[in-house]
Amino acid sequence: MSATPDILRVEDLRVGFAMQGGAAEVVKGVSFRVPAGKTVALVGESGSGKTVISQTVMGLLPRNGLVLGGRVLFTDPKTPDAPVDLATLVRDGPEIRALRGSRMGMIFQEPMSSLSPVHTIGNQIRENLILHRQTSRESMRDEVRHMLKLVGFKDPARAYGMYPFELSGGLRQRAMLAMALICRPALLIADEPTTALDVTIQAQVLNLMRDLQAELGMAILLITHDLGVVANMADEVVVVYHGEITEAGTASDLFRRPGHPYLKALLKALPSFDMKPGERLVALRDSGADLHALVPLRKAGPAGAQDAPLLSIRNLRKSFTIKSGGFLTSRRDSVVAVDDVSFDIRRGECLGLVGESGCGKTSLSKLMMRAMTPDRGSVTFNDGTREIDVLKLKGAALRDFRPRVQMIFQDPVSSLSPRMTVMNIIREPLEIHGVGTPKERTERVGALMAAVGLDRRFLNRYPHSFSGGQRQRISIARTLAMNPDLIICDEPVSALDVSVQAQVLNLLKDLKRELGLTYLFISHNLAVVDYIADRIAVLAHGRIVEIAPRHLLFSRPVHSYTQALMRAVPYPDLDRPLDLRLIAGGSASDPANWAPEFRDEGDPASVGPIDLGDGHVVLARPSVGRRELLAS
Amino acid sequence: MLRYLVRRVLIMVPTLFVTSALIFTVMSSAPTNYFDNLVQEMQAQGEKVDQARIDFMKHEYGFDKPPVERYFWWVGGLVRGDFGYSFEYQLPVRQVVGDRVWLTILLSFTTIVFTWLVAFPIGIYSATHQYSWGDYGLTTLGLMGLAIPHFLLALIFLYFSNQWFGLSIGGLMDPKYFDAPMSWGKFTSILSHLWIPVIIIGTAGTGSMIRSVRANLLEELHKQYVVTARSKGLSPWRVLFKYPFRMSLNFFISDIGSILPSVISGGELVAIVLSLQTTGPLLIRALQSQDIYLAGSFLMLLSTLTVIGVLVSDVALAFLDPRIRLLGGATK
Repeated sequence: MSATPDILRVEDLRVGFAMQGGAAEVVKGVSFRVPAGKTVALVGESGSGKTVISQTVMGLLPRNGLVLGGRVLFTDPKTPDAPVDLATLVRDGPEIRALRGSRMGMIFQEPMSSLSPVHTIGNQIRENLILHRQTSRESMRDEVRHMLKLVGFKDPARAYGMYPFELSGGLRQRAMLAMALICRPALLIADEPTTALDVTIQAQVLNLMRDLQAELGMAILLITHDLGVVANMADEVVVVYHGEITEAGTASDLFRRPGHPYLKALLKALPSFDMKPGERLVALRDSGADLHALVPLRKAGPAGAQDAPLLSIRNLRKSFTIKSGGFLTSRRDSVVAVDDVSFDIRRGECLGLVGESGCGKTSLSKLMMRAMTPDRGSVTFNDGTREIDVLKLKGAALRDFRPRVQMIFQDPVSSLSPRMTVMNIIREPLEIHGVGTPKERTERVGALMAAVGLDRRFLNRYPHSFSGGQRQRISIARTLAMNPDLIICDEPVSALDVSVQAQVLNLLKDLKRELGLTYLFISHNLAVVDYIADRIAVLAHGRIVEIAPRHLLFSRPVHSYTQALMRAVPYPDLDRPLDLRLIAGGSASDPANWAPEFRDEGDPASVGPIDLGDGHVVLARPSVGRRELLAS
Repeated sequence: MLRYLVRRVLIMVPTLFVTSALIFTVMSSAPTNYFDNLVQEMQAQGEKVDQARIDFMKHEYGFDKPPVERYFWWVGGLVRGDFGYSFEYQLPVRQVVGDRVWLTILLSFTTIVFTWLVAFPIGIYSATHQYSWGDYGLTTLGLMGLAIPHFLLALIFLYFSNQWFGLSIGGLMDPKYFDAPMSWGKFTSILSHLWIPVIIIGTAGTGSMIRSVRANLLEELHKQYVVTARSKGLSPWRVLFKYPFRMSLNFFISDIGSILPSVISGGELVAIVLSLQTTGPLLIRALQSQDIYLAGSFLMLLSTLTVIGVLVSDVALAFLDPRIRLLGGATK
């Protein structure tokens, strides 16, 4: 044995799912190892079998999953001479249960659904101790609090009695970590632990995982499709494609000399800040969109008034009431989701809107669509001939306005009805607004399918028979059905794999160019926004803190928050590691961590927009001069 | 939460007021009233109609006054606990209903407990063994219970128990105990008669309960937090009861609102077929003969129980589910 013993050895593992008349093999002879104290990343797109491998290790395979062959050897550093073959243990039997939660911990992608909503954080974390280490109530409570402190809760005693929905996404994932690590496991399996988190929170959680790894000396099996995360975390990398390992080795080997075409293609499909203007991402598979099919979809451009902004928003504000507290005593607080926001969207441009979850991005888009009513402010839509006050529309006028602004949603699974065929899904908006004869509608649906690169023969299928990327393309086709002027894209690619993401982004770019569309592109991924947007607005605490043309914002970010956001993006490049010192200082969205000229010190009126020229506007104290801001 | 409770209790007052007005309006809008029916019936049977007595009764019960006044008189009585007077039985409503209420509550509670005892284990088994033979078999059985009408089942029971055992299973006790005070003999007699109506009335409830337990639990079983619980090393049983089962109870608690009224009115048809001494047949008879105070007071009792039941289930839900408690009033 070498100096670092292997905590986990997977040898020629084959896993299948029982189907009618046999088994479908999804993991086909995979072998790799996880050395003690090291991080091994399992990289691949969804459906590659990487999650199935982790489920096999934990003994959490779905009911119809079965191990067809191979061994999964787990060597507990406490008993180094007695490796256990996890693949042979009885399903949910006492042996595997004694290891789970105690010697092997696991955290999952979606921290909200992974925690029970009706039990407190403390209750759920303490459960591990009750199961694996019987000690007194007090000592268990103290240990849970200690662990909560270790994962970065500022007030562990208070957090103990809180419910998951009272915490932010980042804190929930920290609670998950505390739960997985409370018994000091030898192996932590992290299945896409930061995919659902914002960049700055992601950087913090990754940093935390590394710190805890050093402190507790555990091995980490990291499952992800984000090569930026891999470059920052992994010692060794295993690339999985269709249930087989295409490439494995140390991180430096793989990033500096990718051998297999699949890994090379993955690296190329990733948007990065170094791309030249006009450079296209190389999708692994082309979407096959037929741009000629777009010709009948084009509408005659409106005459005149081309220079007026398509949509102007002025002083928009919206607040919500939230409740907190116990069973009999509750407080009501008012939270301002959108605070005095003003901006224009020009005809034919793509405006990127960046910010962390909870900063008001989605509320803002809902206000623009009249899905919610603001407390005050105005939204003006210019249809080329006249100005429409969107907030005053009623009845038929509102109905006529609806098709002009359409929306693409984040989750391609839940935004399509599973009970409708693709034909019905794309046709529905046409029917609602009574566009054309039934025959014309059917023809139009066909043209739309071709435009997004899907075969017309698929029209009678249901959404479940499509992949995530294809579903998102169906969403796009549905959106285009009404010939909208403005499309609001709410995180349209954040639920997609890297390879598919490039395909959908390219499609959106092509459609915009061919049909003269205008986008509001909401995302928390700066690299994606950089690729698609012409201008970018950065939103924090419901206010736009900085807005600038794309190249200016990336070359010369002025606001502290924008700078923090950019630092937090993990690059798939070993030579540009995350600057963790800068991130570890606390939440980037907390104004206390901003430079003094950007803080409002409790008085929102004390900061105002300052024009730096070339359309670059930043929210700062008026006393600070332009020159100083640009110099900082 | 306290404010919420007070508000909910206060809302009950106008709700019940409106309900009582509706009940009264519907019942007094019939073209004839009890006294007309009585006169007609007596004439049809060739009896002499004592008009003076009829007029006296009409006056006594306020039938010579406008309906609005009569309504407030009735409601005023209800508030004081006076449920009015039954024409049919010539007794205060309270005495007519008297014993029957307790028998009804006994029967209904036993039925509900029976339903839960049978439905929960079967529902849990069906959900955890989805698509197994056991699941199919038990679900089919539940569906049959749901599909067969109560009264038909009661008739079948009556026929076969008479045919095979020479037993009469009607009633809730041996006839000799009807008006006797409570004794050990009466108690055992009730118990030995009780199980048959319990099974008959309970089958349909069990059938639908199995289906809801199964459906609700199945939905929860596939949630991510179940996998998390398993990854901690909890045994399958503890995972099941601490997490998905607890979550699936929400539907069950929100059902309490409809359980309370059914406690005093369950299974009228079966009660008639089996001649049970419960309140069900009484209500039906009262509605037929337009014995309006008996029927009206009874319906008011049902509505009050419904409103209280809904309140109880809402408060219980808020107590059990922190999401409802804390996120409830947030505007989306």
